[in-house]
Amino acid sequence: MAKVFIYPATSLILSDLVARFGHKPLGAALGIRERIQTAGVDSPPLQITPEEPKRGLKYAAVEVPSGVRGRMAIYGPLIEEAEAAIIVTDADLAFGCMGCARTDELIVFSLRQSGIPILELKYPSNEEEGVQFVAAVKKFLDGLPKEEGGA
Amino acid sequence: MAEYIPDYVGTVTKYVFVESPSMTAGELALRAYEASEGVLIKETCFGLQVTGEPESVDRLIEEIRAFDPTHIFVKDRGFPPGDPRRCRANLGGARPGYLGHEREFRLLRYISRGLEELDRREEGDAEPAPPARGKRPLLDIKRLQELIDIEES
Repeated sequence: MAKVFIYPATSLILSDLVARFGHKPLGAALGIRERIQTAGVDSPPLQITPEEPKRGLKYAAVEVPSGVRGRMAIYGPLIEEAEAAIIVTDADLAFGCMGCARTDELIVFSLRQSGIPILELKYPSNEEEGVQFVAAVKKFLDGLPKEEGGA
Repeated sequence: MAEYIPDYVGTVTKYVFVESPSMTAGELALRAYEASEGVLIKETCFGLQVTGEPESVDRLIEEIRAFDPTHIFVKDRGFPPGDPRRCRANLGGARPGYLGHEREFRLLRYISRGLEELDRREEGDAEPAPPARGKRPLLDIKRLQELIDIEES
């Protein structure tokens, strides 16, 4: 079972297909879950603490806005953990504020720099493209190792 | 600053979406309750949220998927159900993240079609040849003249 980072990190379709074909999807939910299930001195209702932008320094320079660094504190460890990635390049649902937009750019850049196998594709807009989309994802995932540490 | 004591520690929460011509979210919920065995199930307009120990949730998800494999979709959720930071009962308006789901929900029928087609190909053990898209034979000039003559006569 390979760990596959999905972009958009909240994608229902990618998360389902990766799990359906026997691998582990790495998305935003895993990072968020880890934070909201950790007790501590926090200021609810926020799940992001002032510590996050400091952790994000590993992935973005100090002059990068704290909003980007805070988000990268969630996504950065997942990208490091990933053994493969699937990127949907025309995901308009990933639209957001400037912090989200810049973080998205940095996520895609980091994935491309990491050297892991990457599948890039676009969302389907008809049934024929739907077949091609699912077939491409399945073919990509079938090529990844199924066993822990195996090839 | 206040002490933060999290709920549902050690559990996982997953969304289950159903986009099926033969099953509604209500029917899915009824059948999921029958197989829940201690997993917390919350019915929603698009399907369910299930919360529980990771092994129990995985088992339930496996059973739920079997109801309609190509029309039921699952994804992880970071927050537990009813969390005041996300629940629209506290916030008003759509829950953060709902609009993204709504956008992808419209594409699920294409994904379902793709899954059905792949299943069909695997059952046949051979990939069916794509529909022929070769060039149509050109109209012969003599045949064209005949057609013109017939039309004019």
